[in-house]
Amino acid sequence: MLEFVLITVVKAVVVVTVLLLTCAWMTYAERKILARMQSRIGPNVAGWKGLLQPVADLVKLLFKEEVIPGGAQRTLYLLAPLLAFIPAMLPIAMIPFGSKITLFGREINLVIANYDNGLLFILAVASLSVYGIVMAGWSANSKYSLLGGLRSSAQMISYEIGIGMSLIGIVLLAGTLNLVDIVGQQNVWYKWFIFRQPIGFLLYFVCAIAETNRAPFDLPEAESELVAGYFTEYSSMRFGLFFVGEYANMVTVATVATTLFLGGWQGPFLPPVLWFIIKAVAVLFIYIWIRASLPRFRYDQLMKFGWYVVIPLALANILVTALVDLL
Amino acid sequence: MELAIFILTSLVAIVAALLVILQRNPIASVMYLMTTFVAQAILFIQLRAAFIAILQVIVYAGAIMVLFLFVIMLLNLRREDFGKDIKLKYKPLAVAFAVVLLIETLVVINASMIPALPGANLPATFGSVQGVGKELFTTYLYPFELTSVLLIVAILGAVVMAKKKL
Repeated sequence: MLEFVLITVVKAVVVVTVLLLTCAWMTYAERKILARMQSRIGPNVAGWKGLLQPVADLVKLLFKEEVIPGGAQRTLYLLAPLLAFIPAMLPIAMIPFGSKITLFGREINLVIANYDNGLLFILAVASLSVYGIVMAGWSANSKYSLLGGLRSSAQMISYEIGIGMSLIGIVLLAGTLNLVDIVGQQNVWYKWFIFRQPIGFLLYFVCAIAETNRAPFDLPEAESELVAGYFTEYSSMRFGLFFVGEYANMVTVATVATTLFLGGWQGPFLPPVLWFIIKAVAVLFIYIWIRASLPRFRYDQLMKFGWYVVIPLALANILVTALVDLL
Repeated sequence: MELAIFILTSLVAIVAALLVILQRNPIASVMYLMTTFVAQAILFIQLRAAFIAILQVIVYAGAIMVLFLFVIMLLNLRREDFGKDIKLKYKPLAVAFAVVLLIETLVVINASMIPALPGANLPATFGSVQGVGKELFTTYLYPFELTSVLLIVAILGAVVMAKKKL
């Protein structure tokens, strides 16, 4: 019992540390890649080729004065960043990032929690992440925040349905909700679910971009209309928490996509953990690539796209998958 | 360990539930209600009903409460909108109903009308997605399908009421 708890805690600490570091350097990678795609140089002052930029940003955020706007709902205003940040960190517990390894004569599963309802857990936690954003928008007593919060909650509710439905195809084919088992069923590359569920993958990725409020679906923080959307009024590290939360959400989406569609940690020659990282980073790169390529949707287009295109397509995908699976 | 978790979660659930009705600020009430739901989900897990626990979070905490929040935010209620004009004449009636409900609960518990859980010899799939799904689509097929019809009617009703000019 004690050993189990100890191993789990060590795994959790390692994974969360890696996740946070990834988030930090993800901001650097994004700025650098975006800059290159737009023929700019990007951050290049702090450290070699600007690699210490995230450290500089963190120090700056930590030492900034924290301003609470007058008329804000103080408790909720202070609580909101945490409500946005924690659900972003939780799903990583269900993701298998490697096979078993033997360490000090003990066999260790490279997943924090091998849970039978892992996929449902991820969806459940994702459904809670809207609270942080709504609370932030409402409690700040600012119209930009409120509009951003409203937009975002409508958007997240709409696309949550799409995410859930796009994954049902996989559950139908795999017959399990356990992420470790789902990875186990993709042991050859042509069995990867991206090939068996191509529409499911596309729908998942589109919905995930909308769910994480990223371009081209970043209406909650559309700076040309809403300044910065729901976190307009935030400053200092509470602003930083929203920021890290957004990147943690992206990393979660990338790891979930890797696990469900790209065969997880499996691959030839290289060690499993490395394969997992390569695939996740590839998905993250596509994220940034899309941001650099596509203009922002208009709000009504976004909602129409969600309800009239994504959800019917996902339903059709489920029907076809179920039929094919039956035959 | 299990008992400690049970007591702690129950306490959180009860205190949060009380705060839901003792709060004047509707948004805070929503947040406390969400806390209650999450605590209930943990209690469901302790009852070995993991699937129900996750549904509780997805449906109640994740969907329904967000809609509540949405509506409250759009109404933009102010503090003065609550408080003074609570109709006191209904108070005795409310107390009477509460007492009746309490007595009813006590009677039911005392008469042990709730069948005890068959603790040790539960099937392996009890409470899992597979187990619940199989029961729903075999033993409880008709109630399940009827519920879905009911839900569709409710959705259609909402659309008709909201868009009268359709």
